[in-house]
Amino acid sequence: MRLHSTVPNLRPSRRTILRVTESFDRPQEFRHNLVLVCDSVDKRDTAGFPIILTRNAPAENCDAAKLPAELDYVKDGDILRFDPSGQISVLYRKNSSFNAMLVTERCNSKCLMCSQPPRDIDDDYLIEDWLKVIPLMSPSTRELGITGGEPTLRFADLLSLIQATKDHLPKTALHMLSNGRSFSYLKYAERIAAIQHPDFMIGIPLYADVDDLHDFVVQARGAFSQTILGILNLARVGQRIEIRFVIHRHTFERMAHFAKFIRRNLPFVHHVTFMGLEIMGYAKSNLESLWIDPSAYEDQLREAVAELVSARMNVSIYNLPLCLLPKSLWRFARKSISDWKNIYFEECDSCAVRDFCAGFFASARIRRSTHIRPLGTSEREYANALWSNS
Amino acid sequence: MQTSSVPLRKPFKPLSAYQHAGYQLLPFKVTGLDSANYVLVNLVGEHLVLEQGRLESLVSHRLPKTDPIYADLKARHFLFDGDSSAAVELLSAKYRTKQAYLKEFTSLHIFVVSLRCDHSCHYCQVSRVSEDRDSFDMSAETARKAISLMLQSPSHYLKVEFQGGEALLNFDLIKYIVREVEAKATGRNVEFVIATNLSFLTDDIVQFAGEHKIRFSCSLDGPSDIHNHNRPRPENDSYGRTVAGIDRIRKALGHDFVSALMTTTAQSLEQPERIIDEYVKQNFRSIFLRWISPFGFAVKSKARIGYDTDRFLSFYKRGLEHVLRLNLEGTPFREEYAGILLRKILTPYSTGYVDLQSPSGLGISVLVYNYNGDVYASDESRMLAEMGDFTFRLGNVHQHSYREIFLESPLMETVFDTVLEGMPGCSECAFSHYCGTDPVYNHATQGSVIGHRPTSSFCRRNMEIIRHLISILERDDDKSRVLRSWAS
Repeated sequence: MRLHSTVPNLRPSRRTILRVTESFDRPQEFRHNLVLVCDSVDKRDTAGFPIILTRNAPAENCDAAKLPAELDYVKDGDILRFDPSGQISVLYRKNSSFNAMLVTERCNSKCLMCSQPPRDIDDDYLIEDWLKVIPLMSPSTRELGITGGEPTLRFADLLSLIQATKDHLPKTALHMLSNGRSFSYLKYAERIAAIQHPDFMIGIPLYADVDDLHDFVVQARGAFSQTILGILNLARVGQRIEIRFVIHRHTFERMAHFAKFIRRNLPFVHHVTFMGLEIMGYAKSNLESLWIDPSAYEDQLREAVAELVSARMNVSIYNLPLCLLPKSLWRFARKSISDWKNIYFEECDSCAVRDFCAGFFASARIRRSTHIRPLGTSEREYANALWSNS
Repeated sequence: MQTSSVPLRKPFKPLSAYQHAGYQLLPFKVTGLDSANYVLVNLVGEHLVLEQGRLESLVSHRLPKTDPIYADLKARHFLFDGDSSAAVELLSAKYRTKQAYLKEFTSLHIFVVSLRCDHSCHYCQVSRVSEDRDSFDMSAETARKAISLMLQSPSHYLKVEFQGGEALLNFDLIKYIVREVEAKATGRNVEFVIATNLSFLTDDIVQFAGEHKIRFSCSLDGPSDIHNHNRPRPENDSYGRTVAGIDRIRKALGHDFVSALMTTTAQSLEQPERIIDEYVKQNFRSIFLRWISPFGFAVKSKARIGYDTDRFLSFYKRGLEHVLRLNLEGTPFREEYAGILLRKILTPYSTGYVDLQSPSGLGISVLVYNYNGDVYASDESRMLAEMGDFTFRLGNVHQHSYREIFLESPLMETVFDTVLEGMPGCSECAFSHYCGTDPVYNHATQGSVIGHRPTSSFCRRNMEIIRHLISILERDDDKSRVLRSWAS
């Protein structure tokens, strides 16, 4: 699924953010922030819609532009951005639980396996856009992400963004990915907490139980200390915290030790996830150094999960397909991959548990585990018993 | 530590660019485990086992970073290199967590509602087989004053335990106390437990317990021959009455409304398996293999029921082995004392177990209100008083205020004297983080609350059990996994 496309003949004079409507019946006075998406205009009243996109080729002398085929999926309630360059970006999909707000591409770490390598560019406009998008989102949105870069590098704007989600989307769970380093200053943690967002989780990557290994993975000396102090400060102000551990060749050996460390030092965190590698960005360029077949770290993963489970902590496994996990770990496996970049391989067509499986990142074609295989009906029964009630 | 051998692309730097030269030690203590190995315990109770050679390199700053144990020592805060700020903050957070129970202050409050009892157990310290209500039952007035003292405790959590004698012989007073406490302890988490032999259980009692969420703790010493031998009553039917009572409570209120405690006597020592099997047969999920306390009738009749520490230890180890075997054969079952110690060894938390605290839990964790209004620092304190030694009587509810009981009795001095970190023999012991002290026992058997560790059976027993548990954990086999599961 593509989130971006271009319509060369559609060039608004400035960046415009509009919510999709598929209804001609919108009263004129509510049309100024809507883009009409329809099969064809057919002489209907379209006055007041800033932009009109048609699924069929528009008739001549018509103000409408053709909706690019790869964006044919957009629906009523989705939110699009139109750039003067002709680019269309899908910023929000109403029926997806994987909407994320990229607030900056800048970062103070440079993780070996970063799937979205940081760029030191002036991207202040990103948060400004999101502040316009949030009021247009459906209040029934269940989950919303904040991602980067490192979102806390734009701290004042970030606070406005979190405040806006609280004001406009009080029922929406908010999840932010942050390396946590900024929160080594207690004041930052206190200011986040002062918003009192009702359902806010910060996911913080921690890649080792010892500083040198973590600092190496994030390529920043002192990062481990800052992240640990940040986590302690966030805990101090009552902020909910998730710990994220990405498994690759440099981290897998200490995975069980890492779990022991979490259990002993950070038992208050709300969730710990062990994550398979996404082969994008730096992970792609460092792949030879990072790659390990998931089947080769099964023992370490099993031990790490068991350690945390025995401490009654919440544990999940992200980004790993069921055929690469022992059955005893299935109950921790989540369908974690964002829908728009989630694929299944040919083998999956005949697999009986595909419905329950996380599948793969689209980028997984670059390097595949040698153990990918379709599973059969006995596994299907096991999965049914496991997930039938959830 | 080594990671992938494939080099990274530029401009990524190798692991070595993030490593630090040299290291510094953080505080830890060392105690021998066996002839070749030592247990290292840091100041928040994390442990590692090292053989002598490695220990020597560690403390002489010669341990190479390539040694796999180096990262473990660092992750568990036995040493640091480079920046120490995260280690120090984590250590202080862990230290606060371990000591958090101290700020709760006294949460266990024992009301001795009657000394009368229908049993004449050999090991019992205090009971009277007597019909004289007036002499040995607590009065409502005494109870009212005891409650008022209890409510001055700052603890958010109050556990009210009714003891005897046989507590159910004065059930009317129990009802009074429960209602009073429920009315007055608003906003606190209150738990009620009746310690009883279940002989006098009635439908009314069970119903009241259900209505007020009161749990029962009964004595079960093993199968009928052992139980009835240890716990004589006129019809020699203690076992039958206990088992019938357990069944009745479970049917009426639910499985977990009744728990059982066993006491190890000389008659038990050769049959831990039979005792444990009896607990399994009665559908209990755990057993507390408890040694006999050296007080009251237990001391007087030592020749008949007493035993030495070594015999208890072999009983305990045999029992633990049997429990582990049960688990491996598919019956989940735990030994409670091991569970308490493992929680201290393997988790960041403390336990509410009064006998394994530093400073001693006397008064600051537990108070006993005797039938006559005397306030004692622990159950053992009142037992000692039954033998004529009133050292640990802190006052009387009719004569003394909360302040007087805590500050004008010898209590605070005892508490200050029993901080393990400063006690001879304990201050340098690595196991002190898991252990505790029993000043009443020390006083009774060794003449001072501080006591003398080399001749203390309390010390010997705990050292040996802790060593035994750590040795099993080190084997990293199925049995060690069972032990680990008990820690949570």
